[in-house]
Amino acid sequence: MTVKYQEKPLKIVGTRPLRPDGVDKVTGRARYAADYNLPGQLIGKVLRSPHAHARIKSIDTSKAAALPGVKALVTRDDFADMPVEYAASGELTINFRDVTRNMMAREKVFYDGHPVAAVAATSASIAREALKLIKVEYEVLPHVIDVLEAMKPDAPLLHEHQFTDGVTPKPDKPSNVAKRMVFALGSLEEGFKQADLVIEREFNTKPVHQGYIEPQACVASYTEDGQVELWTGTQGHFVFRAQLAKVLQMDVSKIRVTATELGGGFGGKNNIYNEPLAIALSRKSHRPVKMVMTREEVFRATGPTSGANVKIKMGCTRDGRITAADAELNFQAGAFAGSSVGMASMCTFTRYDLDNVRVVGNDVTVNRPKVAAYRAPGAPIAVFGVESVIDEMARKLGIDPIDFRLKNAAKEGTQTYYGPTLGPIGFVETLNRAKAHPNYRLPLGPDQGRGIATGFWFNIGKETSSTVHVNEDGTVTLIIGIVDVAGGTRATMAMMVAEEFGIDYDKVRPVVGDTSALGFNFITAGSRGTFAGGMAAVLAARDAMEKLCRRVARIRDVPPEAVAWKDGRAQPAEGSGTQFKPMSLEEIAREAGRTGGTISGHSEINAEGAGPGFGTHIADVEVDRETGSIKILRYTIVQDVGKAIHPAYVEGQFEGGAVQGIGWALNEEYVYGADGVLQNPGFLDYRVPVASDVPFIDSVIVEVPNPNHPYGVRGCGEVPIIAPMAAISNAVENAIGVRLREQPMSPPRVLKAIEAAALATTQD
Amino acid sequence: MLASHRLSLAWIGRGVEIERKFVPCTIKKGSEMIEMRYEAPRTLKAAVALLAAANGRAKVLAGGTDLLIQMRSGRIDPELLIDVKCIPELRTIAEEKGGYRFGAAVSAMELVEHEGLARMWPGVIDAVKLIGSIQVKGRATVGGNLCNASPAADSVPALVAAGALARIIGPGGRREVPVEEIPAGPGLTSLRAGEMVVSILLPKRPQRSGDAYLRFTPRTEMDIAVVGAGVNLTLNAKGVCSRARVSLGAVAERVLLLPDAAAALIGQRVDAAALERLAAAASAACRPIDDKRGTKEYRIKVAGVMARRAAQIAVKRAKGEV
Repeated sequence: MTVKYQEKPLKIVGTRPLRPDGVDKVTGRARYAADYNLPGQLIGKVLRSPHAHARIKSIDTSKAAALPGVKALVTRDDFADMPVEYAASGELTINFRDVTRNMMAREKVFYDGHPVAAVAATSASIAREALKLIKVEYEVLPHVIDVLEAMKPDAPLLHEHQFTDGVTPKPDKPSNVAKRMVFALGSLEEGFKQADLVIEREFNTKPVHQGYIEPQACVASYTEDGQVELWTGTQGHFVFRAQLAKVLQMDVSKIRVTATELGGGFGGKNNIYNEPLAIALSRKSHRPVKMVMTREEVFRATGPTSGANVKIKMGCTRDGRITAADAELNFQAGAFAGSSVGMASMCTFTRYDLDNVRVVGNDVTVNRPKVAAYRAPGAPIAVFGVESVIDEMARKLGIDPIDFRLKNAAKEGTQTYYGPTLGPIGFVETLNRAKAHPNYRLPLGPDQGRGIATGFWFNIGKETSSTVHVNEDGTVTLIIGIVDVAGGTRATMAMMVAEEFGIDYDKVRPVVGDTSALGFNFITAGSRGTFAGGMAAVLAARDAMEKLCRRVARIRDVPPEAVAWKDGRAQPAEGSGTQFKPMSLEEIAREAGRTGGTISGHSEINAEGAGPGFGTHIADVEVDRETGSIKILRYTIVQDVGKAIHPAYVEGQFEGGAVQGIGWALNEEYVYGADGVLQNPGFLDYRVPVASDVPFIDSVIVEVPNPNHPYGVRGCGEVPIIAPMAAISNAVENAIGVRLREQPMSPPRVLKAIEAAALATTQD
Repeated sequence: MLASHRLSLAWIGRGVEIERKFVPCTIKKGSEMIEMRYEAPRTLKAAVALLAAANGRAKVLAGGTDLLIQMRSGRIDPELLIDVKCIPELRTIAEEKGGYRFGAAVSAMELVEHEGLARMWPGVIDAVKLIGSIQVKGRATVGGNLCNASPAADSVPALVAAGALARIIGPGGRREVPVEEIPAGPGLTSLRAGEMVVSILLPKRPQRSGDAYLRFTPRTEMDIAVVGAGVNLTLNAKGVCSRARVSLGAVAERVLLLPDAAAALIGQRVDAAALERLAAAASAACRPIDDKRGTKEYRIKVAGVMARRAAQIAVKRAKGEV
């Protein structure tokens, strides 16, 4: 379902009111999952594998069970094995056979931190003591951490049953390559023949964690009549409910999930981890069970996104027209298949209008935690390679990097290599606005440089439902099923509903309903919140307004078609020739009970027509040649969002995405020892940027309306993380003439590259 | 009722202390009834008696910013915590023989905000300012930073360059040792059984002296030194360096005092050539390891850079240019 965009004068949409969750958050009243407590609750803790790869020979929990204060223990024996069955979870696809093995190891452990057993006890310290008493006998197996190593035929094999999918004929030997995919358009051979300049390069990136501030937490209560209540930090409580019903073999109706305030997710809270364990422990102990991860557990066992090896080969004519584009993306999936390589493959070149394209993607299992979605999953990795090569081409040909991109830019009508033809998009507009921005012309000092890069993300719609209740005093309660992942979703939904009704923003109270309040809502992923959630909320409001008009027709005794909703009131419809005294929302609400009952509006839709988002970034850096340290001097983001419902929250998305991209580019990486054990599971040594690492970010909002949304909204939250790695790398090259094709560009890596370049120059 | 309403950065993170009741108590750990005791003695004598009687199973608690983290991670499991914040000698800053003596449990922010000390030893204050966040500095102590014996401790290279002396008390009485003699290796000190550090003396310094501390971290703050360099020097009336002490952190198993690097400066005008010799000597003295925070090769190179840049700041301070 889509709702067509209609241009109209706006009173509330486009303004910057305070968010309804803001005061609670700054005063500490907001309740995150770890703030929920139930009478008689136990504390659950997880025993995790100390090995990267091992067969579990036996698990003996008898001593732990005998410890006073221990009320329940679970291992693989407490969960059903699941057959291969796929489901969508955010942008990525999950397989329940793997889900059940990831939440609790069965035959083998596949990574340092893989859960092996869980215990519930009357205190955290007793639970920790109990873990020490569980005896697990392992047969340690050879492990593999690196993606290229894992692809070798003689690499240690994770899954004996895994044969590379997408290869014909079907391979006769199992492999760590779970799947190979190819996207193609035109003829590469022809394309490279037409090229005057061909550049082929290889790039490597490290896995990075979503780095949400709030570790995973949940409280579960399983009652004697088989009902479950669960409070958890999630991006999608309906999707969690579905996954839990499956792995616990329960009816969906028996599980009620409340999504608590969320301290960040970024794709990392699309998947269940402790939830099924907490429910199983509660079922066994007959007590509520609370489980809160430590930061170490978050790093060892959740997220991250893939590390990858990327090969890019592109050809262009002397005047800068790209004639051929070829890519190979090798992505770490972690312990189980299902990385974001498919999404990345589709995003690799989709900013340009190209005739001859091929992208090959490989999804590779390695002995690391199973990857999760992370903000525009996979796209930044592929784009880093492509935008670096384009920068090199533009430099070699002496063409301005923005002009080079303008020559090749995708527009409305561009045929993509992965299928669809693009509708109205704002990519060219972002390039033009970036070129005209004063920051693009600021002079640079010694060892300073400027880099350009661009990003594209699909954005999605999907199942969404919403309800508006007109309260007895004329205020409105808006119930949404989109989890507010802290980006301001409640505020933007309320703004659109207030705009529809023609009432003040503060008359609408938006609430995220639990899973019993609404029909199924897909997870908050794919930048769908404001697009799909907004569409559902608008339709629910329109449904209510229609009912309000019908009610007024009855009260005023006029035909229903003679009543129209305008400026917050039911008024005589234009041209109907009928006259009656208009009624305000407040007046109707006051009489509603006596004239037919309360009025509510509903919508249950599958939102379609999400508008793709495009952005252009300008990064200015300064490099310390003696230490290899990179300082970001300025950062400018120009992005088409269709329509900014709340511009401040759009800017928040731009800034947040860019900062995460800067972290990816500069210092974030997992450090594994030779034993396959993670050495830096904490924020001290896993270095996300701190405030002083990032400059003030200049945001430019471009608005090319999405024709398939009532207010023209496209998604905006994911595009901003795509370009930073490439933009910063291009800026470094511009500053010191050294190109880094490996991320992160940490000081030791930069210094080494500077020295290698100096050596190469002297040898020349 | 609080007598004053002093609001300063030093008080951030220390709100609890205002109303804290130092009650000795026993905390049950797990169900095995393993007990941990907490004591807050009010005299040095009482603290030494507790420490000596504990047979190495006690830990001294000052700010707790390292200790509590080590306890939570399970790395240590002490049976007795001796909170030394109620002992007056450990909580005072006072002038002594033209220098300053400060107690081992004086918080980092109290030092940063002490105008006299900060004016006399700006390089030490450079280092103290780099410990954690303002909130952490409200609790963390330089005495704790020293006794935690991390090779990467920020305040230690600056104290070593300054020629600071630590006063130690134990069952055998008091003794004074140069600060560089206290750390023995990662997490290890040369303190004998039952001994603790009471205070640190930053000595009087001649005219035309300057000190500086610089560290390299991948992040701009909230990080641990990959390399730290402290330089303390004195110039004569002609601008020639007459005395110098150079130290490095995070390049060996403990903080190093580098006489060879100092020799590169002494008798020199601290020009570009002298600075290059200093950098080379600093790099040559490193014996680092490869770890998650940096490679050997990288640390050796950057040690020279940091020492050179710190010396440049120290010279400017000695000349009164900054």
